[in-house]
Amino acid sequence: MLTRRTLLQGTAAASLVPAGRALAADMPGVTASEIRIGNTNPHSGPASAWGVIATAEAAYFQMINDQGGINGRKIAFQSLDDGYSPPRTVAQTRKLVEEDEVSFMFNGLGTACQTAVRQYLNAKKVPQLFVATGADKFGDPQHFPWTMGWNPSYRTEAAIYGKYLVQEKPNAKVGVLYQNDDFGKDYLLGLKDGMGEHYASMVVKEVSYESTDPTIDSQAISLQSAGVDAVVTAALPKIAAQMIRKIADLNWHPLHIMSNVSVSVAAVLIPAGPEKAIGMLTAAYQKDNSDPRWVNDPGMEEWRGFMKKYLPSADLADANFGYGFATAGTMAHVLRQCGDDLSRANVMKQAASISGLQAPTFLPGVLIATSPSNFHPIRAMQMQKWDGAAWQLFGPVITA
Amino acid sequence: MSRLAAVGVAVLLIAPAFVLSGYHLFQTTMLAVYALAILGLDLVTGTTGQVSLGHGAFYAIGAYVTAILMASFNWPYWATLPVAGAVCAALGFAIGLPALRLRGPYLALVTLALAAAVPQILRAKALETWTGGAQGIVLSGPEVPALLPLSADQFLYLFVLAIAALLFLAAHLLLRGRIRRAMAAIRDHPLAAEAAGIDVAAIKTRAFAISALFTGIAGSLGALVVQFVAPDSFEVMLSIALFVGLVVGGTGSLPGAVAGAGFVLFVPNLSELVSKSAPGVVYGVLLVAALFVMPSGAAGALRRLVASRRRARPDTA
Repeated sequence: MLTRRTLLQGTAAASLVPAGRALAADMPGVTASEIRIGNTNPHSGPASAWGVIATAEAAYFQMINDQGGINGRKIAFQSLDDGYSPPRTVAQTRKLVEEDEVSFMFNGLGTACQTAVRQYLNAKKVPQLFVATGADKFGDPQHFPWTMGWNPSYRTEAAIYGKYLVQEKPNAKVGVLYQNDDFGKDYLLGLKDGMGEHYASMVVKEVSYESTDPTIDSQAISLQSAGVDAVVTAALPKIAAQMIRKIADLNWHPLHIMSNVSVSVAAVLIPAGPEKAIGMLTAAYQKDNSDPRWVNDPGMEEWRGFMKKYLPSADLADANFGYGFATAGTMAHVLRQCGDDLSRANVMKQAASISGLQAPTFLPGVLIATSPSNFHPIRAMQMQKWDGAAWQLFGPVITA
Repeated sequence: MSRLAAVGVAVLLIAPAFVLSGYHLFQTTMLAVYALAILGLDLVTGTTGQVSLGHGAFYAIGAYVTAILMASFNWPYWATLPVAGAVCAALGFAIGLPALRLRGPYLALVTLALAAAVPQILRAKALETWTGGAQGIVLSGPEVPALLPLSADQFLYLFVLAIAALLFLAAHLLLRGRIRRAMAAIRDHPLAAEAAGIDVAAIKTRAFAISALFTGIAGSLGALVVQFVAPDSFEVMLSIALFVGLVVGGTGSLPGAVAGAGFVLFVPNLSELVSKSAPGVVYGVLLVAALFVMPSGAAGALRRLVASRRRARPDTA
């Protein structure tokens, strides 16, 4: 069959130009046998603990290639080090796009780093897919149609808490403690999204703290004296631990919802006192490898099999490997959906039409879904409760 | 002959704008920016002997002055450069004051503290209206004047090159005069310098001010090239990288600053090519190797090479 591509390839062969170059006008970064994908990650420097995400993604694409690739094309995944420094992200991204001619950028890491290249990639119409940050601004199709996030944003998470409160505790007097910055303000916005018109009547008190404040004792007391019986805490680990302890010290027993960034057993619950946090709630979207309920889970078995074969020396307790497995899986899904049209426009179009993808490592019912107006792929989470020793999932999956 | 050489150098410097494209031109522009920053550090550390591990702070402040004036006050890009230079010069003068009492490692620590403090200050809540907090500020790049048939990358390179050339010339003139001997005397023997009637306090504080001005303008140009500033861009490692560039390039030399900038810019990427899992180790090995092969930096190696050639062919000297 004579298609436009075979014609182009014919011309390329005739003029002795590598096929990749000739195709570049049509589908940059794509040849008959390969698709090139670019990524920046902190392989060195203070944030290098996250570098293993790219390691996991490279291993995942290796697995895909071992299985024959996607539509006959192998994935050439190239991850460059930016040291978590935005000027280097700009240089490395330009290198990948202009010199290595990647088709698109995938899962670049860091809010500041990815902000630094967002304008450039959008101007060049190069997809900036599934960036690795929780900032809500990476899902803004109106202003940045070539940029899409992946992580559930703080705003999405807070919207889920808002919905939970309206459904389960409609008579609660809600109080919010939030950090006075973008992170905390995203939470307030999310609560308003989730509670809708109930926000004005249910939320009786909002108090903030500065990230430099030594304690939040007075904020806790002011929430208690306002008659609050359901607290949402949007705080980083140190303040989160203080808040748990202060609530216990005040002999106050509100329903307590804690931001998902501050639910680490080691960093928050042990310092606060695990018994003081009993009954505390938060939301989750991924299966926890240490949770005994997933010992025989087929999805987690698939992940463990992958880890054993491709990353045998890796630490299974490092959640970043599960993260990279799921992001790369999402990417492979989009490429399969693209079929033979791997133009940048179609990659972006397919990324914006994922209909309910269940990742093996995600909680049952937490689906990855996008649309031309929804550039936040993960908008569902499930509530879980601290029982003094472990987090226990309960209730339905809630979609923001 | 020297006029011909000058024309040759000018052609060599301008050529990249028309030979290189995209990414390579961007990297060459950053090379000029870092060379200017290292030149600034050289004035105070190389020439005057006052070790600074905090020049990343001046670079950051220069970048933020430009970013804030452009984003919050709608200034044209070119008008922000003198302000960035002036702000950094004033700050450099102030940092020069403790340098009057502190020596060697103590001064180095004070400047290191400055480098550690600046990113935190840039994140501070009180300044967020202007600095954008941890999110930083996105800038739109300089517009190419309508009359010039240049791409944005080409124009940016030539603009940075012009400013850098101007400042390199200024440094060259400065380092030719009496003040250089005074600075060197302070570096080599401060007591003797004072005994010889040199106003040590005045020279030290002025050296710091001029040095900060150079590095600050480099930061300002860097912001225009990268078109984004955030605290993460100016962590302590930037100051260390500038210091490494100065030592590897060789102190007291203008071409040395360019060589040092090359090390800062390209060696991390080179290390990554060698080993993705431990680029830091490769970087360290390359750094030690560079210092072993060129103990007085690239500039020193070049000087020795030229000297030995002259000895070999005395008639051409």
